[in-house]
Amino acid sequence: MSAATDVLHTLLAPMPAPLVGQERPLVDWEWIADNVPLIWDATLEHIVLTVVSVAIGMAVSLLLTLAALRWRRLYGGILAVGGVLYSIPSLAAFAFLVPIFGIGPAAAVIALSTYTVLILVRNIMTGLDGVSPDTIEAARGQGYTERQIVLGVQLPLALPVMMAGLRVATVTVIGLVTVTSLIGQGGLGQLILTGVRLLPPLPVMIVVGTVLSVVLAVAFDLSLVGLTRILTPWTARERRS
Amino acid sequence: MEQALTQAVDFLGEAGRWSFTDPSGIPYRIIEHLLLTLAAMIVATLVALPPAVWLAHHHRAEALASAIVNIGRAIPSFGLIILFWLVASRQGVSSNYALVAALVALAIPPIFTNAYTGVAEVDRATVEAAKGQGLTDRQVLFEVELPLGTEVILAGIRIAMVQVIATVGIGAIVYNGGGLGRFIIDGFATGPSGYGEVLVGAILLAALVLAAEAVFSLAQRRLLPSGLQSDHPGQTTEIVVA
Repeated sequence: MSAATDVLHTLLAPMPAPLVGQERPLVDWEWIADNVPLIWDATLEHIVLTVVSVAIGMAVSLLLTLAALRWRRLYGGILAVGGVLYSIPSLAAFAFLVPIFGIGPAAAVIALSTYTVLILVRNIMTGLDGVSPDTIEAARGQGYTERQIVLGVQLPLALPVMMAGLRVATVTVIGLVTVTSLIGQGGLGQLILTGVRLLPPLPVMIVVGTVLSVVLAVAFDLSLVGLTRILTPWTARERRS
Repeated sequence: MEQALTQAVDFLGEAGRWSFTDPSGIPYRIIEHLLLTLAAMIVATLVALPPAVWLAHHHRAEALASAIVNIGRAIPSFGLIILFWLVASRQGVSSNYALVAALVALAIPPIFTNAYTGVAEVDRATVEAAKGQGLTDRQVLFEVELPLGTEVILAGIRIAMVQVIATVGIGAIVYNGGGLGRFIIDGFATGPSGYGEVLVGAILLAALVLAAEAVFSLAQRRLLPSGLQSDHPGQTTEIVVA
């Protein structure tokens, strides 16, 4: 217990505040205007990392779900493993992968896409299971093969729930991409980290990086809502009523 | 990889590595990590739980509950931690308080949303039946809604805890503290010769989260009356990563 109080004392000791960049404004329009190309590149890198990671995550999740449909017992296992992987802090995940893959986009993308798998598999499965047995029976009666039932009936009807999962996964990844700045990637996170590490620190970079990351998350979320509506025109009637 | 493992073993053997009082000690950093987490969780629960339960009991501000979790998810914890540090240090506020404040901000959305959902989604018929039996408004809340909502409420607290433990580590970028994140950040800063330290930090941080989750669910199973436990814990789980 005395060890705990020792640490507590250190934690509570007034730390000399560094008074970071007090002379530099939080929102420095002049800096922003001068660095549009830098900000644009960071945003693009952020988008590329997000899209690549989510796309790989989606492909893996679809394969895992198809496997789980055939061998039902797999599903519990996938959720259990996914749940454990999900709890692992992103910082630790990147730290595990860097000694293996080195500093680079591979470690970032592997960790990021892993985080999407639990959400996506769960939502794809929930969506598929939500299709009423009557509908499947009707399709079977019309001569659909099992494969056609999954691809032609269940998948389209599961789309709204799948897209909901895709939205959560995408927004989550956009936030996590910032952490990959620690392993040399990071997109907008790179702006944040550079802003911290410059001597003296440059507050505007931290603000721009964080705000744009939120903007990107909201933009992707809204686009996916729009895409869902386009892909599932039959739900428009339900929405109106 | 092999080299990193050798480095990790060397790192574990260094002087002071097992000290409770030396900041380079692993036990020291674990305690620091847990104290920061505990402080943030206590404050966040005190701040988020009462208003969420009150609003849910009166079925008010339903949109707020889902808005808060969406906003929470869109804000990068990485940026938030650093932004709090920046603003606090400009004001001359001690930086450990800034770290706890940022962690509280991150913990509030899952606690709030799950507490709201847990209470608001108690079966209306059950609530009506309780009222019909003459339970007062207060009794309905404390004897019906809260007990039935407990599992969802606790799930929110567990998610917040996992997120806070993960984010304390990120704090090591700007704070002297940062618990186990200290080893990862310092290791990265050293370059390839620091990968051993990185690996040790990563394993310890992952183990800390998993251990905390295990202790939490064990306590939940032991302390909660079996009637209030669902057969499928985890199904109520909202998802958040930090």
